[in-house]
Amino acid sequence: MTLELNVSLWRGGQSGHYQVFSVPQQENQTVLDVVTYVQRHLDPSLSYRFACRVGVCGSCAMTVNGRPRWTCRTHVSRVAGNGRLEIGPLQNLPVIKDLATDMTGFFEKWREAGGAFVPTKTRHDDIETIAPDSPARLAAAAAIECINCGVCHAACDTVRWNRNYLGPAALNRAWTLVNDVRDGGNRERFEAVAANGGCHACHSHQSCQEHCPQGLNPTASIAGLKRRTAQAWLKGEIRVRGREG
Amino acid sequence: MNVSLYVWQRAAALAMAPMIILHVALIFYATRHGLTAADILARTGGNIGWGAFYALFVLAASIHGAIGIRNILAEWSPLHDPGAGIVALIVGLLLLGLGLRAVAGVTLP
Repeated sequence: MTLELNVSLWRGGQSGHYQVFSVPQQENQTVLDVVTYVQRHLDPSLSYRFACRVGVCGSCAMTVNGRPRWTCRTHVSRVAGNGRLEIGPLQNLPVIKDLATDMTGFFEKWREAGGAFVPTKTRHDDIETIAPDSPARLAAAAAIECINCGVCHAACDTVRWNRNYLGPAALNRAWTLVNDVRDGGNRERFEAVAANGGCHACHSHQSCQEHCPQGLNPTASIAGLKRRTAQAWLKGEIRVRGREG
Repeated sequence: MNVSLYVWQRAAALAMAPMIILHVALIFYATRHGLTAADILARTGGNIGWGAFYALFVLAASIHGAIGIRNILAEWSPLHDPGAGIVALIVGLLLLGLGLRAVAGVTLP
């Protein structure tokens, strides 16, 4: 006899309701498999987002039994001990429909935090030599494997309370560039992350670190930004830009 | 919260940390030795040292508290900038005024 999972899926937009489906339980099954089963076999109008299915693209994050998770690498056996799953869209992001959220604001914050690389060399220059064990490279390496899934953003209390907060993902990205010796945009970047709603708004609750599927520690990156920007401000190297929050 | 408010709040906390220890030690001393209000006023009245100590304490507490209140209002109330900042500034000035008045009350001869 096939065991059935009791699966509640969010239906609708910002306001909506949970709809219950019964999905056959498999021995080896991810949460994304469950959502895909519903869409392929039970209700083709279900909207959700995924691409790679192997934990690389960062597009399939959802709220699973109250916690933000990457669904393609979350096995049902790990999260649904009682055979129940409640799957909703990521929190702290506007819902487009069902399980798909609008990530526009999330990525705008990356740009706002100075998340773009600012080159200092041309194609005619030699390639920069970076020692793998240099302190800056080690600091960048510790934060570089972000897959932009939005899990930390959804888990963050400060994002929930402060609409202008740049959020752990954008600030973590900024920290990797601060430690990139090839980059020339640090003054602008420091001013961007030192304004209201920047790194100093972080309360260090560490939910980002707790939930990051890649095991990154954005709180540590943000602490690094706080330190470096405070030093820069005290030395008069940056000014405080106006922004709400 | 921005870098300027962050540094001011941390600096005020740094200044207050030893002051709080001394203040609490003083309370213990006064209660353990059964000092009355009159005894305390007799020691603090006209004492420039205690006056300066508590005036600085009040100043640091006003700065630290006002910035914290601004944060709380900005995050947990319908107020945002500049409303939260204005209310926090008023609270900070109120704390400073009331605090300095209390300091003057016990240290001025």
